Formats: sequence, structure tokens, C-alpha cells
Amino acid sequence: MGFKSFCFKKSLWVFHFGGASCNNCDIEILDCLTPRHDLERFGIVLVGSIRHADVLLVNGSINTRDKDRLLEIYNQAPKPVLVVAIGACGCTGGIFAEGITFAGPVDKIIPVNAYIPGCPPKPEAIIAGIVKLVNNS
Amino acid sequence: MAVNLFYFLVFPGLLFAATVGAFLSWFDRKITARVQFRKGPPLLQPFYDFFKLLLVKETILPKHGSPVIFLLAPILAVFGATVAGVFILLPLFNITTGFKGDLMVIFYLLTIPSFSYIIGSLASGNPLAAVGGSREMKLILSYELTFLLVVAGAIMKCGQQFDLYSIIQTQQEGSPFIGSISGVLLFIVGIFCIQAKLALVPFDMPEAEAEITAGIYIEYSGAAYALIKLAKYIMLFILPAFLIALLMNGFNLKGLGILWAVLKIVVVVLLLTLIRNTNPRIRIKQAVNFFLVWMNLLAVIAIVLIAFGY
Repeated sequence: MGFKSFCFKKSLWVFHFGGASCNNCDIEILDCLTPRHDLERFGIVLVGSIRHADVLLVNGSINTRDKDRLLEIYNQAPKPVLVVAIGACGCTGGIFAEGITFAGPVDKIIPVNAYIPGCPPKPEAIIAGIVKLVNNS
Repeated sequence: MAVNLFYFLVFPGLLFAATVGAFLSWFDRKITARVQFRKGPPLLQPFYDFFKLLLVKETILPKHGSPVIFLLAPILAVFGATVAGVFILLPLFNITTGFKGDLMVIFYLLTIPSFSYIIGSLASGNPLAAVGGSREMKLILSYELTFLLVVAGAIMKCGQQFDLYSIIQTQQEGSPFIGSISGVLLFIVGIFCIQAKLALVPFDMPEAEAEITAGIYIEYSGAAYALIKLAKYIMLFILPAFLIALLMNGFNLKGLGILWAVLKIVVVVLLLTLIRNTNPRIRIKQAVNFFLVWMNLLAVIAIVLIAFGY
């Protein structure tokens, strides 16, 4: 493991993209940053600007309007950027997969590095997913 | 020449100030985490952040803006912070005596990082960055006079001597300025000025994360953002050091004096962190009011007290 990838893994800055979400996943993501789970132990912080981001968290079903925004956000991110799809909607489409405005799960639009299923996934599941992401990237 | 380069690049300039500043930044984050009952980041976290930004990430140039000025601004910020740091730390560590009137030079050099952030944010062509830039400008307009009054108070207290070295010497021969009523008032005003200069929370409107998403830094990525981080680390060290030199006896690096020096820096940074963690962000109008009316009033009262010998 080189110095560069070591530093990268030790300091993942997260940008949160919410699609047409029901907000349960958003709440669970914010839960990870609270005192009980505290992801800053691993150097993970939430950033406001996509230009600072290393990880793009996508949750919620992506509909036809979100699709352009998601693509634009992904293109604006400085590479290398990891993409994590969170929740059933982000991974597969969930109950909206047959919907008329549904524009495909996240991995049809941008390349995805990790999937964290669940409706919503528990904070423990999100941390486990991030550990896997860090170990495999 | 070689000695000057060593002063600038290694000790007490770029390398030393940035390393100490990075550890202080970790201390700041750790205390923040402890205040919020969290565990906080590991000790080397600022270094991971810096090297990740510098080595791994891509630097994106703005499409609608001026790329050259956009990239020059962080370099200017690091340069200004480092030169100010050298001028502050050389007399403070008793290496050289500085020169007559170096307080004014330090005072102007300390504003260079803020000005270069403004230039960089306006060159990025992002509307949110422009909002942040205008806020930073208003913040500079409000705290600069107050900070000048703090420096003037210290100058008056040591008998109209315009260099940092004689201020430190006067205190070490007599008693530290903070031991008097006027000194305490100046210290309170100085702490709030530093808070605004570092753009920490009650005065972090330029980079308000919740409303304008990092504001002045919004378009910076990769190596350019790493340089901004570096400038911020250096500023986090040299501004408390400057206040300690002005009011708290400076450093006395003999024997246990080193421990005292470390303790002074840590206490000032702790104070900044606690203010940052117990206050909400105020509006820019309130900040201007706070500095131009209340802090100036305190500083003027302190200066009047000094004139009467308190």
C-alpha cells in the first residue's frame, strides 16, 4: 500500500447527494456522524462542496430530473472519487423500480464502488460498507 | 542568504509553523469532538488531509473565471502567512531582534491570506464564492481597526516602542501585560479579533457550510485547496503566538520555559475552540456591529486605562 492511497483512505471527505429520497437514508447517514457512531474517528467528514469530496453518497431513487443533476455533480467532482449507493432505492430502485419517472438505479448512470442495501440501512451497516470500500479501493 | 532561506523555509518558517499548526488543528478538532461527546480524529489527521489533497486529488480550474489568479491566490496566502510567521517567531524565539517598526509589517502581512482568499474566490466565477468573498471583505473592514487598537495598546504599554522584540523584552523584565486591567481587556478584544481572522465559528460567515457551502473555498480542489489548508494551519499557530508575544510575556525558552510556551499556545487555542463550540454563527451585520461598536469601545477603554497607568 503506497503513501498516496494510505492518505486517501485515512481522509475520506463525503458529499451527500439525495435523489428523490424519503429522507430515511439521509437521517441514517447523519446518524453516522453523531456521537454514538462518530465517523470522524476514521477521518470522515461531511463537506459542503463537491470540489472537496472524495466520496459521493447517493441515496433515494433517481428519477429523470435527478439524472442530469447526478451526472453533473459526478463530472464536477475531482477524481479519484468513490461512489456509494445507499439504500434499496439507490442500489436497485426498490419499490420505485417500475415507476414511470424512474431513470434507473445509480449504477446505470455513474460507476458505483459500493452498495449498501437496506430500507434504510442501519448506521452499523453504513460503517461496514465504508470499511469494505476502504479495504477494496 | 542561506540563513534567511533557512529561516523562511524550515525554522521558524514554513515547515515548523505548518507542522505545529497542523497539530494545533488536530487539537482543535479533538477538543471540538470531546465537547460534543465524540471521540475525534487521530493525531495525524491534518497531515492525511493535507497530503491527500496535495498528492491524490485532481485540481479543477474554473470554466468561467481567471485560472491564473485562481491558482495564484493560495500561493500568495501561504507566502503571506509564512512571512508573517517568520517576522513574529524570530523575535519570539529570541533568534534575531527584528527591526524597528516590524509590528506594522506583521500587521499588514497578516491580512494577506484573507485578501488572497477574496481574490481567489472572486476569480473562481462562482456566485456563492462571490457572496463569501464579499462577506470576508466586510469582516476584514470590521475587525482590522480593532486589531490595530490591540497592537496600539501593547505599543503604548511598553513605552512607544514599535518593534515586537522590545515589547517582549519589556514584559520579561517587568511583568506580562495581561497582569493588569487594561491587559485583560486587550486580551479579550484580541481573542475575538483572532477568532474573526481565523474565520472560526461565530465569525465564519465567509465559509458558512450550511448556507453557502464553504463559500470562498467552494471551487478549490486538490493541490490548490491543500495550500489553503496549509495557510490555515500556519495562521492557527502564528496568530495565538502573536497575541502571546504582545500580551502574555512571549516565550522564555530556558529549561521549563519551553513547557510554559507550549502551555500558553495550547491555552489560547483551547479558548478559541471553546468560543467556537459554544456559539452559533452570527450574521455579517451583527459581526460588523460587534467589532465596530463593542470591541472598539473595549479597546479604547483599555487604551485610556493605559494612558492613566493601569
